[in-house]
Amino acid sequence: MADVKLTHVKKIYSNKVEVLKDINLDIKQGEFIVFVGPSGCGKSTLLRMISGLEEITAGTLEIDGQVVNNVPPALRGIAMVFQSYALYPHMSVYDNMAFSLQIAKQSKAEVDLQVRKAADLLQLTEYLDRLPKALSGGQRQRVAIGRAIVRRPKVFLFDEPLSNLDAALRVATRMEIASLKESMPDSTMIYVTHDQVEAMTLADRIVLLSAGNIEQVGAPLDLYEHPVNVFVAKFIGSPSMNVVPCKIEKAGEQTSVSICPSIVVNTPIMTDTGEQSKAAFFGIRPENLVVVDTAEEGFLSGEVTFVESLGEATLLYVKVPGCEEAMIAKQAGTLNIKRGDTVHLSALPEKMHLFDDKELSYLR
Amino acid sequence: MISSSKRSPLTYLVHATVLFLVIIWTIPTAGLFISSIRDKDQLSVSGWWTALSTSEQRIVARAHEPKAQVQEGDLFVIRGNLLEGSAGEITKFGSSSLKPEAFVVGTVADLKKGKTLEVMENGDYVLSSPDEWKGSRGQRIFYTAEVPPRFTLDNYREVLSTEGLGQSFLNSLTVTIPATVIPILVAAFAAYALAWMRFPGRALFVAAVVGLLVVPLQMSLIPLLKSYNVIGEFFGVGSKTYIGIWLAHTGFGLPLAIYLLRNYIAGLPAEIIESARVDGASDFDIFRKIILPLSFPALASFAIFQFLWVWNDLLIAMVFLGNNEEHLVLTGQLRELLGSRGGNWEILTASAFITIIIPLCVFFSLQRYLVRGLLTGSVK
Repeated sequence: MADVKLTHVKKIYSNKVEVLKDINLDIKQGEFIVFVGPSGCGKSTLLRMISGLEEITAGTLEIDGQVVNNVPPALRGIAMVFQSYALYPHMSVYDNMAFSLQIAKQSKAEVDLQVRKAADLLQLTEYLDRLPKALSGGQRQRVAIGRAIVRRPKVFLFDEPLSNLDAALRVATRMEIASLKESMPDSTMIYVTHDQVEAMTLADRIVLLSAGNIEQVGAPLDLYEHPVNVFVAKFIGSPSMNVVPCKIEKAGEQTSVSICPSIVVNTPIMTDTGEQSKAAFFGIRPENLVVVDTAEEGFLSGEVTFVESLGEATLLYVKVPGCEEAMIAKQAGTLNIKRGDTVHLSALPEKMHLFDDKELSYLR
Repeated sequence: MISSSKRSPLTYLVHATVLFLVIIWTIPTAGLFISSIRDKDQLSVSGWWTALSTSEQRIVARAHEPKAQVQEGDLFVIRGNLLEGSAGEITKFGSSSLKPEAFVVGTVADLKKGKTLEVMENGDYVLSSPDEWKGSRGQRIFYTAEVPPRFTLDNYREVLSTEGLGQSFLNSLTVTIPATVIPILVAAFAAYALAWMRFPGRALFVAAVVGLLVVPLQMSLIPLLKSYNVIGEFFGVGSKTYIGIWLAHTGFGLPLAIYLLRNYIAGLPAEIIESARVDGASDFDIFRKIILPLSFPALASFAIFQFLWVWNDLLIAMVFLGNNEEHLVLTGQLRELLGSRGGNWEILTASAFITIIIPLCVFFSLQRYLVRGLLTGSVK
């Protein structure tokens, strides 16, 4: 019912800067969609265009089957939660939440019912008489969400709602948003963030944007396991994937590539025979590199240039002779490895990634 | 902790400077106030800083008329009191204007033809003469008295009633209140539009407002009056009425009002306004329910400026209002008093103090909005 459909949507500012180039996206009712990407990629602009706060330069936006390009925000059936909460500072929590309903001239009883229902859901009942300045950051954020809930919108829009909170509160509020979504399975939610943990934990589908383009759309683990290009591969996952240039030695059902520059690695990835001896990129995630005892068991050996002990994991920066950048290996727990040690690394072949010279993945 | 509790020497300098400025600004006001409640005779002989000490006054009085004389033995005696019940102490007296302090109190002064005059400290005097007192006027007595300080509200009573200051006070209020409210109303609407509504030529409008800030008032005074008279004639409104001065003050106040308010309103967080727009509020709703309450500090500070400026204005009032009793404003009345009663300090100081009472009230009632930030808690 409340599907959101973007067709060839563009945003060009008056100074000819093209912020969004040809966005096509189909969002189904009840989906939790997360827009993620580096800063300046246009994710907030896209959200604001859906909300109606920014004009759409070209293309069509449909909500619920209707083209809403020129419909004012209030009539689109959306509600937005802003990064800075944007509470009305001179109004109590109750008035903040009741504002949109009062503007819509709903009866007092109806307003009261909706506000109290939302306050109950968000555990804000005892704060209804307070002014925003008397609330903590997390409570203010809940008020902002409550203000969205009372409107009973078809689509919820969240613009980096957690970025003003501290780390602990961020986790707690993230859970609240997740359970909010569960309690309202019919509402579509679109959520903008630059934090990939939020994206991975909350999303049904992630939309990864970069420089005004959609790089990949898919379920969180799909993006993690099957990135379509080097950008997605490096963006999803922390620390990001090791990607090194390589040369395809033998194409076919199983591809052999040489990295650094003479270490030959066999991967189960199928490539066209025409790719033989072309330049390409080899990728392996840090968590998939395993330290082994002997050089024979592993496929890479190198000197440890830096050790980061995080407690739950240890990051090893390994300089492999012949490779320009150090490879990062993420090992569980703490290890007795010091800087200057030589380590041997192995990896499961099915965890390896291979990208062509245009940085696109050879899909298996 | 230790280092932060140690104050920099500059802090003391700042405190000292503030104290100095406060004293510099308070002393004249205090002097004005004290002068205005002093007895007018004391005010004319000594400065306000001596108000609490007894003052020495040289006074001329007349003894009772000769018909009050009483024959005591072979002397004709006139008795009376110079101070007539008011407090004070006489130190010296005399009988001629050439030597007003010729005799110490308590001694008997010999006048001509065997007449004598005796004055006591408490003001009692005895005039005696071997012959019968003649004529219709009493004997002149010069005396020097130590008079204790006396404070009175008589000066205020006088200026408010007989000097016509009460009516001027009302006239000034009639001019000032609408001339403050109208520009604020107009400017708030304009400021919102110039800050948050998109329309072609907005930047030009803002530039024009900034340009108008520097137009000198004197330059436009006469053309404005002429065109107002022409337009007023068309609508059947007289040339020197309150409507005219309200419009004039509104016009002269608007550029600054729009400029100040626009800057303040443009500084409000955009997300609050966008949020209201998503909530379905129209521009008018946003203005009324979000912008107006949030810009109250700016409105208040401009209200103070405009109120004080209109209240203290003489020039525009002279041009746009008549000089008759029902139109003369306080500043005009003060100027008139300065001409007609220039020597009467008690009148001038009392009038001046009445003039500054309202501005002081306005300032003290609104000044907290100058410092209070209403925005705490809205964003981060």
